[in-house]
Amino acid sequence: MIVADKKPIEEIIDMVKGYHKILIVGCNECVTVCEAGGKKEVGVLASALRMYFMNEGEKIEVDEITLERQCDHEYLEEIRNSIDQYDAVVSLACGVGVQFMAEKYFGTPVYPGVNTCFMGVTEERGVWSERCQGCGQCILDKTAGICPISRCAKRLLNGPCGGSTQGKCEISKDLDCAWQLIIDRLKELDRLDEYEEIAPIKDWSTERAGGPRKVVREDVRQ
Amino acid sequence: MRLRYPDTIRIIRVPCTGKVDLIHILRAFEKGADGVYIVGCMEGDCRFDNGNLRARKRVEQAQAILDKVGVGGERVKMFNLSSGEGPRFAEYAVEMTEKIEEMGPNPIKIAMQKAA
Repeated sequence: MIVADKKPIEEIIDMVKGYHKILIVGCNECVTVCEAGGKKEVGVLASALRMYFMNEGEKIEVDEITLERQCDHEYLEEIRNSIDQYDAVVSLACGVGVQFMAEKYFGTPVYPGVNTCFMGVTEERGVWSERCQGCGQCILDKTAGICPISRCAKRLLNGPCGGSTQGKCEISKDLDCAWQLIIDRLKELDRLDEYEEIAPIKDWSTERAGGPRKVVREDVRQ
Repeated sequence: MRLRYPDTIRIIRVPCTGKVDLIHILRAFEKGADGVYIVGCMEGDCRFDNGNLRARKRVEQAQAILDKVGVGGERVKMFNLSSGEGPRFAEYAVEMTEKIEEMGPNPIKIAMQKAA
């Protein structure tokens, strides 16, 4: 899932200052799971904003809605008939949702309510960590299902480097060396001979370095 | 045991303090409550394992938010006691009431009255 973190309330207060009627839009997908932008967080933010502005003596109306997703047309369309009554929208979706909303409702200011962080997993409640950088050329088949692009600080394809000590990365004692994990798992799978194969230079043009990306699937396109 | 405690307190019964969500606490203040306190079982003695620990986290979250919106995080507090501690329940009620009286009314309530 896409992992996001909450934005400090004071930052959101600064964004919406001066508006009289705002809509806070949550997203039922990834940001709900990582407890940053779901229905509950929408309610909490709306309540906090109402209290802040009431306390400041400013009249502001804060409405709440949570859409199934904000990265698909059909769900964003659900607010088409009501969007014009708002001076601004705070979207608690990831950066994708915020942008899609802004594209769709060109005349309405849309503000981000979360900081979008990475694609990752829930290690335990309250702890999320990165697993994928969307490089566009998956090599997990060769690395025992552990991604050196997202989990190695140097994104090494032929690791580990000299900074690996007792299974930890030199940038942090709390960070596992991805290549140690890869070697351990290859050993477990009795595939350690694959480790001897030198990985060729990766084609990074499919990664973000090649500019904004797009997937076009003519087989499903209408 | 006919214990007395301040009659300004409204008790809301929940099956476990783990049922109390952050939004419930915030809504109480939004509606004008001067203070909110959660009374849960002793830590480690939750019948549902960690309901009171969850409540404590939510109280801490509420405190942080209330500080940021100018209401005051000290208006919300978590207490723990066992079901046999009636006198302590009354003590906590007095303690919280005195604390809130010292702080004065919820500024949201005053702002709402002004706006009306």
